[in-house]
Formats: sequence, structure tokens, C-alpha cells
Amino acid sequence: MSVATAPALTVRWHNKSALPGFGLTLGFTLFYLSAIVLVPLTALLIRPWSLGFQSFLAEIAAPRVVHALDLSFSASAIAAAINSVMGLLVAWVLVRYRFPLHRLVDAIIDLPFALPTAVAGIALSALYAQTGWIGAPLARAGLKVAYTPLGVVVALVFIGLPFVVRTIQPVLADAGREPEEAAATLGATRWQAFHRVVLPALAPALITGTGLAFARAVGEYGSVIFIAGNLPMRSEIAPLLIVIKLEEYDYAGAAAIGGVMLGLSFLMLFALNGVQAWMAARK
Amino acid sequence: MSVAALVYRNPTQESRATRLALTVLAIGFVALFLLLPLVSVFANGLANGISGARAALSNSDTLSSVRLTLIVAAIAVPCNVAFGIAAAWAIAKFDFRGKSILSTLIDIPFSVSPVVSGLVYVLMFGLQGWLGPWLRDHDIRIIFALPGIVLATMFVTFPFVARELVPLMIDQGRDEEEAAVSLGASGFKTFLFVTLPNVKWGLLYGVLLCNARAMGEFGAVSVVSGHIRGLTNTMPLHIEVLYNDYSYAAAFAVASLLAMLALVTLVLKSFLEWRFADEIAATHRH
Repeated sequence: MSVATAPALTVRWHNKSALPGFGLTLGFTLFYLSAIVLVPLTALLIRPWSLGFQSFLAEIAAPRVVHALDLSFSASAIAAAINSVMGLLVAWVLVRYRFPLHRLVDAIIDLPFALPTAVAGIALSALYAQTGWIGAPLARAGLKVAYTPLGVVVALVFIGLPFVVRTIQPVLADAGREPEEAAATLGATRWQAFHRVVLPALAPALITGTGLAFARAVGEYGSVIFIAGNLPMRSEIAPLLIVIKLEEYDYAGAAAIGGVMLGLSFLMLFALNGVQAWMAARK
Repeated sequence: MSVAALVYRNPTQESRATRLALTVLAIGFVALFLLLPLVSVFANGLANGISGARAALSNSDTLSSVRLTLIVAAIAVPCNVAFGIAAAWAIAKFDFRGKSILSTLIDIPFSVSPVVSGLVYVLMFGLQGWLGPWLRDHDIRIIFALPGIVLATMFVTFPFVARELVPLMIDQGRDEEEAAVSLGASGFKTFLFVTLPNVKWGLLYGVLLCNARAMGEFGAVSVVSGHIRGLTNTMPLHIEVLYNDYSYAAAFAVASLLAMLALVTLVLKSFLEWRFADEIAATHRH
């Protein structure tokens, strides 16, 4: 192999290039993508229909399943809402202010990405149990976190925070101060400048980050199951119910819940892509 | 200090009290929600002292879980690196129809619940799955065995290397590679001596994140492993088993090992972001 040659595979749907390797790399990419991701996902999307539509609906409408899906989505929504506020605050402080250990605080934001979820799960569970560092004072105040739906929210706040912070940070850093200067010149107070000038500019990033945190939270398993207590109809999340059904060899039931979750996460992905396209168009 | 200096305030800066309050609130939140769980892992891991932790870690089931985790990462990460390089070369260096669809498809595993990621393989290879009866007749074990664990890990770590390399190699353009090829270099040599030096830090960054997730994955692996002690338990699964057995100190001792891996990952990641900021893909990362 010494002379540059056109790819052996000449097809009309791509422009000819001087570089070699198109057929090989695209072929391998498509093969690997299909084998690892697309074919298995198709297996999941087809499986529930083997039952027939009626029994699929019956699986999904079972009270325990409805409750688990409801808990997964509402706890994720609450956690995402908390993260949108706290994530915006943390991103703001990290971008705009300088303080000791700034780099350390910035680095630790990524901890939920790096820390295995099972480790986070047992750590949160130990912290918020009635004998834990945080759980004990809260218990004296009459608040029970571990083994309740509140514990689910706590775990989902942990797992979702970096999505919001890391989406807002670059946008805030790139935004110049000029619009704020203009607002100040026109007599706006600092608060007015923030919520009428800065916040609208950050809105797309804030929505995207919150959406990512929500999507991640809905499917989250490892960090939640230890602190949740997993009482059916009370603190049992949808991913756990899939695991339970699989342990009972109820593949159809597991596939039905999995199919619903997969469909909903594709919808969220689609919606987020829409927001990102809107962000790009506004630039 | 003159009166003017006391009165003047930068109009795009909050008052000192507001800045202090916001900073304290943000750091307090990060300390409470992120730092404290990490500290508690090590504190609980050392509850029985260093010797207690060492005893817990030298247990044979623990050692075999460490070995399994290393084996799984040693298979899954190189596979995803090969895929990431191939995908980035195809997407960045050529124009073809369906390119943006391909990029979207590569990101799919990030938006799928880990449990669902494991479930899809059970539906394929489990006893009641598509290929289950055939696999049983030929005595091939995938679910509740190493191949299933590796497949589930490959699925959840699938996009890491590709999503780092694709934007980077698009930014680098094609001129240098075209020059090398026109001077007579083979495709492989062009990649090795022209492309790779340009993307090496980005590649390392992707490998780092891919490896951290591969060693720490819990949900997907939990579904396909079957939790057979000493055989199909990776470190995160072994932590769950110990924890459910009320062996808290041992569970946290193993968890401390994984937390150290996370810390090393974070330090290297921050270092790469700081030192080679221009040589890794610039947008958000996770």
C-alpha cells in the first residue's frame, strides 16, 4: 500500500475523497452499532407486542407498575427542578466569582459522573439513615429521608446536578458583560438585569441541562435503590420493578415496562434535540 | 480609603454581601450533596481501621470481583476505542448521506436507563429470549456469565470515545491527512503519524471516562450477571451483596477502592482539561 487510491467501494451516496478507509471504517461502525445497540433495542421494542396489545396494556396498567412509573417521573421532576435552581447558582458562582479552592469545587462537580452509582447509593443511604450524619439530626427534627420517596429525590439531586452546571457554565462564560452594562446604564437594578437580561440568554442552556438531568434521573437505578427502601406502592422505582420482574422470569412484564421507559426517553431525547436546534438558531 | 472608593460599585457586580451569600450557599450545597457522600465512603470504609479494611479486601470473593471488573474493562474499553476511532474517521473525513442520523444513533445508549440496557440482552440471549433455546442447545452461556456482563458494559460505555473524537476530528479538518496520502503514505500510516498525534489527548480523555464507567457500571451489569458470588459479581455488584448481607464495613471498603478510582479519574480529567484545553473537544462532557 503506497499509492493513494480511491476507495474500492464506490457508491453514489458519498462524495469521492482522496482519503482511504471509508468502506472499512463505516462498515465497522455500522456493524458494531447494529450488533451492540440497534439489534438489542429492536428486540426490546418488538417483545411487548408478542403478548398482544391488550395484555401489554394490562401489564402497564397494573397499580404497582403505574405507581412505580409515577414515582420515577415525579421524583425526577422534583429533583430536576431543585437542580435547575441550585445548578444555576453553582454555575453562576463558579463562572463569576473567585474564591479559595475554586478549582477543587469546580472539579468535584463531576463527581456524580465519575463515582460508580452503587458507591453513591450506599454512601447516601448511610448518610441519610436514622443513625447517619445527616439522617440523625433530621430524624430529631421529625423528618425521615432514607427509605421514603424523599430519599429517592435526594439521590436524584446528587446524580443530576452536574448536567445542569456543565450545560450552563460554558454559555455563561461566553456571554459578555455588555448587555448587563447596558441594562445598568439604563437604570436597571442588579436583580432586574439578572432576570430580564441574563436569565433569558441562559434559558435554552438551563432547559437543556434540566432536561438532561431529568432524563438521567428517570432511568437511574444504582444510586436510588439503596436509599429508597423499595417498598411496593410507596418507594419502588420503575427500573427496580424491571429487575424484580426479570428475577421472577416475567420477561414480558419487564419488556413492557422497559419499552415504555425506552419510548419516553426517546421522546425526551427528541424534545431536547429540538431545544438544542433552537439554541443554535438563536446564536 | 476615600469615600468614593467606598461608594463606587461595579454596575455589573453584585454587592459584596450578595456575592458572599451566593458563594457560601453554592459551596455549602456542593459540600453537602457531593463532598459529604464521598467522605462518608472513606470514613465507613475505615470504620474497622486499616487492618479491617485490608482483611475485607483480601477476601477471596472480593478479589475475584476485582479480577472480573478488570477483565470486563480490559475487553469493553478497547472495543469501544476501536469503534470510536472508526466512527470518527468515517464521520469526520468523509461526506455521506445519513451522517447526522449516524451521530444521533451513537448517542442513544446515554439516554437509555442502565437497567433497560441490561434488559435488552436478556431479551436477546436469556432462556426465554430470541436466541435462548439455540444457545442452550449449543451449551453457550451469555446471560449470567462473562459475555453478557461484557456486552452490557460495552452498551453503556458505547458513546464515550466516539463522542470525544468525532467533534475533535471534524475540527482538525482533512488537509493534513490528504497531504500525507498524496505523498504516498498508506491509510494506516496516515492515521498513526498524522491523525493520532493531533487527537491523542482527546482520545485519552475519552478512554478515561469510558474506563471509569466500565468499572463502575451497576444497573446494566446487575441485570445480566445473576449475582453468582465469586463468579459473576463485579466490584459494584459485590458491594451490593455485602451491603445487603449487613457487612457494611466490607461493603464500604470495596466502595473505597472504586471511590479512589473515581478520584483518580477526576484528577486526570481536570488535568487534561486544564493543560490540553485546546486539544480536547470543547463542549460539555460527561
